[in-house]
Amino acid sequence: MSAHAHDLAVDHHDDHGHHHKETFVTKYIFSQDHKMISKQYLITGLIMGFIGIAMSLLFRMQLAWPDKHFTIYEVLLGKWGADGVMDPNIYLALVTIHGTIMVFFVLTAGLSGTFSNLLIPLQIGARDMASGFLNMISYWLFFLSSVIMVLSLFVEAGPASAGWTIYPPLSALPQAIPGSGAGMTLWLVSMAIFIASSLLGSLNYIVTVLNLRTKGMSMTRLPLTIWAFFITAVIGVVSFPVLLSAALLLIMDRSFGTSFFLSDIYIAGEVLHNQGGSPVLFEHLFWFLGHPEVYIVLLPALGITSEVIATNSRKPIFGYRAMVASILAIAFLSTIVWGHHMFISGMNPFLGSVFTFTTLLIAIPSAVKAFNYITTLWKGNLQLNPAMLFSIGLVSTFITGGLTGIILGDSALDINVHDTYFVVAHFHLVMGISALYGLFAGVYHWFPKMFEGKMMNKNLGYVHFWVTAIGAYGVFFPMHFIGMAGLPRRYYTNTAFPYFDDLSDLNVVITIFAFIAAAAQLVFLANFIYSMFYGKKGPKNPWKSNTLEWTAEVKHIHGNWDGPIPHVHRWPYDYSKLNKDESDYVVAGQDFTPQTLPLQDNEEEMNH
Amino acid sequence: MTAFLVVLVIILFGVAVWQMGKIFQLSKAKSDNTSQIANDEDNNVNGWLMLMFVLFIYVLAIVSFWKWSDVLLPTSASEHGLDTDQLWLISMVLIFFVGIVTQWLLHFFAFKYRGKKTQRATFYADNDKLEFIWTIIPVIVLAGLIIYGLFTWTDIMNVDTEDDPMVVELYAQQFKWNARYGGQDNVLGEANVRLIEGANILGVDISDPNAQDDIVVNELHLPLGKRVLFKMRSQDVLHSAYMPHFRAQMNCVPGMITQFSFIPNTTTAEMRQNPEMVDKVNRINDLRRQKSEKLVAQGDEALEPYEFDYLLLCNKICGNNHYNMQMKIIVESEEDFNAWLKEQATLANALKQ
Repeated sequence: MSAHAHDLAVDHHDDHGHHHKETFVTKYIFSQDHKMISKQYLITGLIMGFIGIAMSLLFRMQLAWPDKHFTIYEVLLGKWGADGVMDPNIYLALVTIHGTIMVFFVLTAGLSGTFSNLLIPLQIGARDMASGFLNMISYWLFFLSSVIMVLSLFVEAGPASAGWTIYPPLSALPQAIPGSGAGMTLWLVSMAIFIASSLLGSLNYIVTVLNLRTKGMSMTRLPLTIWAFFITAVIGVVSFPVLLSAALLLIMDRSFGTSFFLSDIYIAGEVLHNQGGSPVLFEHLFWFLGHPEVYIVLLPALGITSEVIATNSRKPIFGYRAMVASILAIAFLSTIVWGHHMFISGMNPFLGSVFTFTTLLIAIPSAVKAFNYITTLWKGNLQLNPAMLFSIGLVSTFITGGLTGIILGDSALDINVHDTYFVVAHFHLVMGISALYGLFAGVYHWFPKMFEGKMMNKNLGYVHFWVTAIGAYGVFFPMHFIGMAGLPRRYYTNTAFPYFDDLSDLNVVITIFAFIAAAAQLVFLANFIYSMFYGKKGPKNPWKSNTLEWTAEVKHIHGNWDGPIPHVHRWPYDYSKLNKDESDYVVAGQDFTPQTLPLQDNEEEMNH
Repeated sequence: MTAFLVVLVIILFGVAVWQMGKIFQLSKAKSDNTSQIANDEDNNVNGWLMLMFVLFIYVLAIVSFWKWSDVLLPTSASEHGLDTDQLWLISMVLIFFVGIVTQWLLHFFAFKYRGKKTQRATFYADNDKLEFIWTIIPVIVLAGLIIYGLFTWTDIMNVDTEDDPMVVELYAQQFKWNARYGGQDNVLGEANVRLIEGANILGVDISDPNAQDDIVVNELHLPLGKRVLFKMRSQDVLHSAYMPHFRAQMNCVPGMITQFSFIPNTTTAEMRQNPEMVDKVNRINDLRRQKSEKLVAQGDEALEPYEFDYLLLCNKICGNNHYNMQMKIIVESEEDFNAWLKEQATLANALKQ
């Protein structure tokens, strides 16, 4: 199959050059080239990330100093921050939109969208995605949904504010909270478009990985990045449609008077006609996507980490097959654990037992991955580039955040910390920070591939990493204590409960660390923008990597390789492989063996 | 307190600033090398920083425990909570052990094997035995935790009606709680939101004979040592009845009745005498006194001194006053409880007035 695709690609290549007259619009805006689309995803994702993080700073200020007046509220929030006092409704809106933006727009589209687009064709040896046109549509739908989400912030009654999980009836009834009016409508429209974008993208990734691999690139020779993107796309295709159905039913309940999720409601002095629906049904539908979504966010980050750690350790990734098996196991299990978000939703306790069982199972492949990363570092020759630091940082936060998952996944223990700050701390470490680290690792590592050989400044990269690392732990480690003290999340302030008065200094510490960590992101932003224009050009293969993308032309051309597509003769992890008599590396004096290099005479063949 | 906070932040800052300083220093030192690829010097500095970072994590953990373990919840005030606390402790010990070891290995290896021009990495691609070991160990450990957890969970959730539990309805609405007792017959009358009218704010069916002796209150009283079976209802949006001191929580879902049950084992008076709680309340009152001084200086009213009470909080986002949806819970001896209950008007009487 792949040989056939290769022929097609060669034909395509022969065409190239005569009929493309690239205009500004086709090159930079409605581009069908995967490299440009990946940059579009990244930059859109970073802009959304900026908004999302800025929102978190605003509500962190409110939590740390609830009785102080800040003019900044009035400047940024207008009538919602009159006299420098934050309105409780806008607090909930900020929390909601922060969650939505970070999970979907930054960590799904910004991470998986960017690197799947950039790396799938380049690492499997393809001229482009299977369908460049669908790919373009996928990006522009994502852009449209981002615009709608941002526009929803300016709706008169306020943006959606029922939490990013938008549980009805709160999200269905404007009488219950002002944000459930036009703001929620826009939220749902934006997400529906986002889902369409994600599906088009995912289908494209799947088809490309299955059909367009170059000669010799068997599935077991794929870099782990591609395995991760591939499986992520599969989970996306399986679970995103379920969210769409939940969103559609919710739209019907909101606008057409159906009762899928509503029943027996008395609000604002009157009884609603709805009967027979169940909010628990919505929770099931939402989390059927919502939980796999965690892995849609995390797996690409883990894939990037695998590649970056192996390259920079100058060692093969330890246990390639176990890593692939773990990705598959995690993907499978991720679709049958959603109920652990609902232990106390009122669903049958027996179902809770089943979900406890499946949830704790997922710790096994996760543990295997963590141990394999650690073993990859062992006896390596670690090149501590910024990307490598972020990858090590990812393993660290993945372990810390993952371990508290053992507590939350245990239904008996979940009862008392469910929906408290313990959960907030847990998922921010295990998926938020970890996935962001994956994103950063990817950006530092593949920046030269994205911007024609230009490299990011490493010293600014080091500052970025170390300050972020300290800030992230500084924010989220102490946050567990607030949860264990019994404070629910999504509280505008805890001053209504004198019992929680002694948490105020903890909240201040967390907010200070949040500001430090956010300041470090400005360093990244400056570095990114500066390097995009004035970055120093590095060598063609700066990290001395084995994978195919570094054999492609530095200058971006349509079709990636100027000549024929390279063939692949080995797996991507022959770092520091020695020759038969162990006198030197396979290629003398060079500690890496590119995938394009055929098996040498003085080399032992290994089946990984 | 503020002084300590400042010191703490300064110490933690110090580490950050010091690390940044070192990096900046490094960036100046080698002006001759402009490559953006890590060289041996970068590897060395960052390797050392890795080692220091793992120490930072340990210090952060120790400082957090030393400074903030007094904000944690006191001993469980319910029977089943003692079991979950035990399971919590075991899980915590386990995850701290694993966390400390793996973080150490990760960062120590990052330090120890930091790159040098002269160093050669070991080609070590896989080892089935190792993979097997670190698959099977989590399997065994997790199997233990799962079994323990599931037994605890089943014990909590499967309500044993042979105990003849006292039935109490928790009724949620934006943004307040009510409780309804079954009264003499310990049976709650039928109710539906469509019957809400005037003083009948819970929509109880007044024609139902079981409803006559029901008692609706806005302060929850519970008898010591008797199993209570809560039946939760909500009239508008999702709420969650969270009673952290009893390790109890259940969502209140419009259109259905959910339930949770526990046995209170410590009266409010006893909990107020608990040395941990005495300390905590003193600390809170110190803070409130300091705050009051400022408020009075500004011409505002002083804060009232705080006295401990058990709490029922809303723990599911429910609207703009979600943060202030609470009800006081009082656990008292059975005699006191019965005396209190006798003073409350039955629904039949309350609606007649």
